[in-house]
Amino acid sequence: MREIDLVAVGGNLGSIRRAFERLGVKMRTVLRSCDFSGDRPVVLPGVGAFGATMNSLERTGLSPCIVGAVKAGMPFLGVCVGMQLLFDSSEESPGVRGLGIIPGEVVRFSRGKVPQIGWNMIEPARPGLEAGYAYFVNSFHCVPRDPEAVLYRGNYHGRFCAAVARDNVTAYQFHPEKSMEFGQGLLGRWVDAL
Amino acid sequence: MLCKRIIPCLDVAEGRTVKGIRFQELRDVGDPVEQACAYQSQGADELVFLDISATNEGREAMLNAVEAVAARLMMPFTVGGGVSSVERASRLLERGADKVAVNTAAVERPELIDEIASCNGSQCCILAIDARRKGSSWEVLTHGGRRSSGRDAFEWAKEAVSRGAGEILLTSWDRDGTLSGFDLNLTRIFSTGLPVPVIASGGAAGPEHFLKVFKEARADAALAASIFHDGRFTVREIKEELKRNGVEVRL
Repeated sequence: MREIDLVAVGGNLGSIRRAFERLGVKMRTVLRSCDFSGDRPVVLPGVGAFGATMNSLERTGLSPCIVGAVKAGMPFLGVCVGMQLLFDSSEESPGVRGLGIIPGEVVRFSRGKVPQIGWNMIEPARPGLEAGYAYFVNSFHCVPRDPEAVLYRGNYHGRFCAAVARDNVTAYQFHPEKSMEFGQGLLGRWVDAL
Repeated sequence: MLCKRIIPCLDVAEGRTVKGIRFQELRDVGDPVEQACAYQSQGADELVFLDISATNEGREAMLNAVEAVAARLMMPFTVGGGVSSVERASRLLERGADKVAVNTAAVERPELIDEIASCNGSQCCILAIDARRKGSSWEVLTHGGRRSSGRDAFEWAKEAVSRGAGEILLTSWDRDGTLSGFDLNLTRIFSTGLPVPVIASGGAAGPEHFLKVFKEARADAALAASIFHDGRFTVREIKEELKRNGVEVRL
């Protein structure tokens, strides 16, 4: 059975675990650096604040493990705050440095109700992908410095980056595990490509 | 563009879905998992389970029902009813609920909202308000509508948001069970005056009511129970009618 390291630094991880288990994947919980295998694909979910979650990654020694695994070419999937942590910094937590894996910053929605809660249509930024409805809960969104990193775009009182992909890194701002068959399909394709 | 959400609500007692009029004359109507899956396949955007159990055993049964529902649903769901402590909220979330809704306990001790939000995030803390018209404003009712708290509903909503509530579930006690449509004035005041999403509830009987609450009262989501339980309309039928009238929905 295929195994994946699930970085469990807070929040409710039950639903993402179940979504992967439906795909026949075994999720190994990673709470601190000694749990980290270094030779398995990595999923970093996350609910909560950018700064608090980043502090947990630093305190548990997981931050350098994740950066090292990504640099070594290990497949990596970030979800929600787990996507935002890939960037350099966030307006949510000024002064806190992110993992710095994808150059750019995380900014707050400047219009509409915040957080954005609910289903939003996302459109692919690359050929060969399908549009679909994804479930979002976010006050902040990522702005990659390199527009080529964008995988999906959404529109919430203006366009925003809904997903990024670069080399071995994929990350979704929405919750694929809560996005019906569309979300399950995205996770399935990520697993199939491992 | 963000879609308007349609949210069926299921009453649960002792771990079984039940039906009654204002919590009276309850009768067992089924298994929460089966009903949740039926609504999911009809195109519901989220679900709300309202636990009306009167006993500790009933509340334990709710935790098991939450776990069973979470194993099958691929969309978010909320649990309300009897959420009186951060421990209870955390247990519901650990067992698989995405959000909890607080009501009476938060009126009695508003710090509960701060605690749930700081422990689990604002996104999973919904404040449910049962509002009854009083002159030109609305007052907050507690204990399933049986008691008046004397608080102004809009002021309470603003305070709750500042404490960390991420959404407001707003039920019109004047309209609930009347099938006469959502209270548009109430919904509009809250939805346009608050910085967080507002879920309108109480009074829905047909697609025209949903259309009005989104177009005229600018609700972010609408919740209903009996219209769906009784099978008068499916969620999909409501959404198709909304889409024909230019409301953005997920179909």
